[in-house]
Amino acid sequence: MAKISLIVNGNPVTANVDPRTLLVQFLRENLRLTGTHVGCDTSQCGACVVHLDGKAVKSCTTLAVMADGHEIKTIEGLAADGAPLHPMQEAFREHHGLQCGFCTPGMIMTAIDIVHRKGHELDDHTIREELEGNLCRCTGYQNIVTSISAGAKAMAKSDLA
Amino acid sequence: MYEFKYHRPGTVRQAANLLVKNEDAKVIAGGHTLIPVMKQRLASPPHLVDLSHIEGLNTIEMKGRSLVIGATAKHAEVATSAIVGEAIPALANLAGGIGDPAVRHKGTIGGSLANNDPTADYPAAVLALGATIVTNKRRLKAEEFFQGLFTTALEADEIITKVMFPLPKKAAYVKFRNQASRYALVGVFVARRPSDVRVAVTGAGSEGVFRVTAFEEALKKRFASKALEGINVPAEGLNSDIHGSAEYRAHLIGVLTRRAVDAANAKE
Repeated sequence: MAKISLIVNGNPVTANVDPRTLLVQFLRENLRLTGTHVGCDTSQCGACVVHLDGKAVKSCTTLAVMADGHEIKTIEGLAADGAPLHPMQEAFREHHGLQCGFCTPGMIMTAIDIVHRKGHELDDHTIREELEGNLCRCTGYQNIVTSISAGAKAMAKSDLA
Repeated sequence: MYEFKYHRPGTVRQAANLLVKNEDAKVIAGGHTLIPVMKQRLASPPHLVDLSHIEGLNTIEMKGRSLVIGATAKHAEVATSAIVGEAIPALANLAGGIGDPAVRHKGTIGGSLANNDPTADYPAAVLALGATIVTNKRRLKAEEFFQGLFTTALEADEIITKVMFPLPKKAAYVKFRNQASRYALVGVFVARRPSDVRVAVTGAGSEGVFRVTAFEEALKKRFASKALEGINVPAEGLNSDIHGSAEYRAHLIGVLTRRAVDAANAKE
């Protein structure tokens, strides 16, 4: 077992883990943060995307021990319970950017990462290129792209990063 | 995944000592090849030595006439580095086309080279640009470093510390991606260097990255896509799989080389 200490959604967490524990397993099974999903488990689909030190990564292809000393943000960390949704979440709701919702946490964490890197005015081509690592198997991507474009603009006016 | 012990050394020397002390230990940095392979139980190293927390190992800088990239520089860092963009824009472009954005936040140049996947992008750049791979023990020229499928000159306790790229006069990388994996079905890096021209191909060779000397000689005489007219790459020795036959890959090498030469010339 290895002892790890990290910050998850602003809260310090310390735990003993088997070194082979994946970050996504640790988040879901140890911390019960089940918003982050396991889709393909082969780093293709993006359902497991979380932010590691502010950058989108695939938590199914990261060991929990590698996150020791780092900061993780998951979909649960975007807005406090009962508080208004993060503007990107709100945009997905408003523009029907999901159907079954399985890919949505990864889509939203990726979308916010895109805004951090590329700014608030995103053209559709950029969004589609940047979504290469996130797969949706029900809606097609039209409404997801619309949601991200709107969410990016809304983030400019919001205090939530 | 089988059990292993995780180590996080603070220096390259400590990392090398861990490799000496623990037989069959594996080095990990971004983990984007090794972790999937371990999940499939195709690899079961009893020890993992994580290089990603060694300070200064990801530095990107100009040293004299060379661009020097630290081994743990991530693809996203190379892609967006102003230093790389200024010195060898083709290399920044290549790094920005590896995998997807989340993969680029983790994968490293050293990891890609040490793994020497026959469809990886970086080997083409390293071979075409005539880069030198610096390890904790020695300096290796690109042509002696790559030794076939997933095989390199690296010894068991040898760690890549940086890669030194001499600046080309012109260069471009063009790849035809596998739509699902985003690896190169074929990728061609063309570099017009002060003394010669190099054309390196990834994705196609059954023994990994290789140079196309017939193209190089023609392009040395005249660096234009027209100079390649009538020269074909034989399909013999190329990969053939559900994604494309050897003949298809051979054809793509010609097409992509011409596009890369045009792209390199267009950057003037």
